[in-house]
Amino acid sequence: MKLNINGKPTEVIADPDMPLLWALRDVLGMTGTKFGCGAGFCGACTVQLDGEPVRGCQTPVSAVGTAKITTIEGLSMSAWGRKLQDAWVALDVPQCGYCQAGQLLAAEALLRSTPKPTDADIDAAMSSNLCRCATYTRIRAAIKQAAAA
Amino acid sequence: MTSAALKPSRRAVLQAGVLAGGAMTLGLRAAGAKASVPGALSAFVIVRADGSVEITAHQPEIGQGVKTSFPMMIAEELDVDWSQVKVVQAPGNRAVYGAQIAGGSSATPTQFERMRRLGASARAMLIDAAAKGWSVPAGEITTASGRLYHKASNREASYGQFAEAAGGITPPKPESLKLKDPANFRILGKRVPGVDNRAVVTGQPLFGIDARPAGMVYAAYAKSPVFAGKLKSANKAAALAVPGVKAVIDIAERRDLKTEIDVALPGIEVLPQGIAVLANSTWAALKGRDALDAVWEGGDAAFQSTVAWDAAAAKALKDGPQKPGYINHGDAPAKLAAAAKHVKADYAYPFIAHAALEPMNCTAQVKDGKCELWLSTQTPEDARRMVALALGIKAEDVTLNLMRSGGGFGRRLMNDVAVEAAVIAKAAGVPVKLTWDRGQDFAHDWLRPGGWHRLEAGLDAAGNIIAWHDHFISYGRDGKLDPPAVIDASLFPSGVIRDYRADVTVLPLASTLGWLRAPINNAFGFVTQGFIDECAHAVGRDLVEYRRTLLGAPRAIPIAEEFSGETKADAQGTPYHTGRMRGVLDKAAAMAGWGRKVPARPGMRSGMGIAFHFSHLGYFANVVEASVAADGSVKVHKIWVAADIGRQVVNLSGAENQVQGSVIDALGAALGQRITFADGAVEQRNYGDYPLARMNEAPAVEVAFISTDFHTTGLGEPAYPSLAPALAGAIFAATGKRLRQLPFDTDLLKA
Repeated sequence: MKLNINGKPTEVIADPDMPLLWALRDVLGMTGTKFGCGAGFCGACTVQLDGEPVRGCQTPVSAVGTAKITTIEGLSMSAWGRKLQDAWVALDVPQCGYCQAGQLLAAEALLRSTPKPTDADIDAAMSSNLCRCATYTRIRAAIKQAAAA
Repeated sequence: MTSAALKPSRRAVLQAGVLAGGAMTLGLRAAGAKASVPGALSAFVIVRADGSVEITAHQPEIGQGVKTSFPMMIAEELDVDWSQVKVVQAPGNRAVYGAQIAGGSSATPTQFERMRRLGASARAMLIDAAAKGWSVPAGEITTASGRLYHKASNREASYGQFAEAAGGITPPKPESLKLKDPANFRILGKRVPGVDNRAVVTGQPLFGIDARPAGMVYAAYAKSPVFAGKLKSANKAAALAVPGVKAVIDIAERRDLKTEIDVALPGIEVLPQGIAVLANSTWAALKGRDALDAVWEGGDAAFQSTVAWDAAAAKALKDGPQKPGYINHGDAPAKLAAAAKHVKADYAYPFIAHAALEPMNCTAQVKDGKCELWLSTQTPEDARRMVALALGIKAEDVTLNLMRSGGGFGRRLMNDVAVEAAVIAKAAGVPVKLTWDRGQDFAHDWLRPGGWHRLEAGLDAAGNIIAWHDHFISYGRDGKLDPPAVIDASLFPSGVIRDYRADVTVLPLASTLGWLRAPINNAFGFVTQGFIDECAHAVGRDLVEYRRTLLGAPRAIPIAEEFSGETKADAQGTPYHTGRMRGVLDKAAAMAGWGRKVPARPGMRSGMGIAFHFSHLGYFANVVEASVAADGSVKVHKIWVAADIGRQVVNLSGAENQVQGSVIDALGAALGQRITFADGAVEQRNYGDYPLARMNEAPAVEVAFISTDFHTTGLGEPAYPSLAPALAGAIFAATGKRLRQLPFDTDLLKA
């Protein structure tokens, strides 16, 4: 089947039931999207479909259709994405870094819809993404810095 | 973590050599190792002809920031600009790099000086080379930002111009080097963003799970959820019928894998029996594993049950301990008999899991009697030796690509997944990536043990604690407490309170216990500080003033033979310094405005709590301001942390990040984390029944580091233990309800 990934038409040969997470990681070798829980609890596999954050582990590849997929590898194509990446680097958000791809994809969707988020907006948009190292205070600060950039 | 386990076991020597291209290398090898080190990967410092500098990060990066902070130590003394430095990750190879262990917050205290001397050594060699080249005394040459200067003759050069010549110079004796005055530090103590940050935010393959060697297949491993259970039946045909599944392979149990390892634990020598399912994707492999519908029976741990353990602990508290007087310092019974007042309370805490976000995984290739691993691990040398033993090859023939860990927290001290992957890869004949799913990650963790404490304190007429008695119950084998489940008689208040007695009861356990962030301390800090609050409350004293009185005059509490006893090897407490405890206590109180009126919040009951703890050589105190709603739910508004890790914060940004993360991690544990067993197996399967703190629960965390004239120490762990008791204190202040069990039962807090 044909997918649009980070602006590029991409042919994927996979079982239609295979979650997008595994099609990206194992079939296409795009390992930036992470496997965390496989059940939608952690958000490590967050990608965007037509700009909306979704769980890659809960999205069968056949359900994607013509939706445009954005992964961490394509995040810098977005102006908000670049601002967020710069803020993440400058404020030194990551500890282990494993969750941060998912965090960034969720944060980019937030800023596109809510360019000046309040703390409550950040709580609402980001609370489904776990950070086991608990870098939340810095994630919050980096979202605000990107919003102000 | 035992301190004994972390001592570098080999004396290392400095050696230098010239690489192709005029680069100077300065490596560190074990005495007796071969003189020549092929390639730049085995060097700590390479200065290239163009003046660029490559520094090797040799410690396992698990999120604690060593891939940045260790090269900073070298770069500071090398006297280069951080912007000149490129950091490369070393493979796992103790013979070349010395100890490579991420555990016990030990890397910084044991290697801070060594890393600085590596940098100073390289600088001295460059100065010597320039002195020879310019025919001037070395003592007249100065350096700055990667350049050499001879002011008298008005000459200067970049390090690169003398790199090749410097490579031929015998390295100076490390102890002969003069290190920088910290007042002149330009890198250490500053905020330096992690060297991998850009790679992280662009999704580059850094982690073990991202490895993709050519020809690789994906594997899942079916094994008994009960430790050491045996296979009764499995439907291999159904697994093979899953599209994408290529093969199923029987793997026999091994119990002969005991080897000389850095982190010794009972049970680590076991490779569990199982069936490997090989497929063209992880998803197909996991589906195939499920299709096996494997049925297991028996197992060493089949008897394990939280209900039964709880009943056994209750019975032991009622009937009395198995081992009275297990620790007996001074004469606690006599002091208790003579005390003016007694305070008694029962505390308890559960098993908890590491739950690192990157599931356990390893990629392995076995070919021609050699093995290559791609592994996220905290103990690469252990992994090499374990895998070598499992494969019947030499450890030198195991190449370990040391990958960034998607969280460690102590779980990746254990390399069980590497053994499984290597054995499967050998049978498969192709490179194999083995990934555990989240359920396996919980089912086969090396858990922080649960425990119970029945405490009694004797107070004198002034209300101060003069005797301490504990009946401690935890888990072990053959009637002995497991190493991660010991009572550590060196921990505060032992040492300050001279009359200290602990009785012990051991509950039988057969599955795996391990080290989890601030092991032992992460539970004892809660119990001890919570009970001190209760003593203060019983005599109407302020919590800070009461603790100051207990600590008394600032002094070092030494390691005393009487405090060592049976748990000597695990002593993490003494020596400690009461003045440093007092220092962080007072600082945290000042930061938070201890004693002020907590603002009223509509519909909420609010309060503040305070606690301190010493572990892993670091002194920490927290103040927590929290509110409790009518439904009992807890909202933490702010956490203040005062930290004393000695003279020098290495990387202020990374240090603060560790502290903020530790206290929020501990907050998540206090509010909801609990592992239970039924029918021998762990019941929790995913984050849905094992909640971690999330963004909406994470308060602001203000951190202050106090600089004291002591050695610089580590930060991965010691900020964790004092959070839970400070939160319990805040909840008590808000509600009058004393929480004595982790995780907190918020049903008790309903208005």
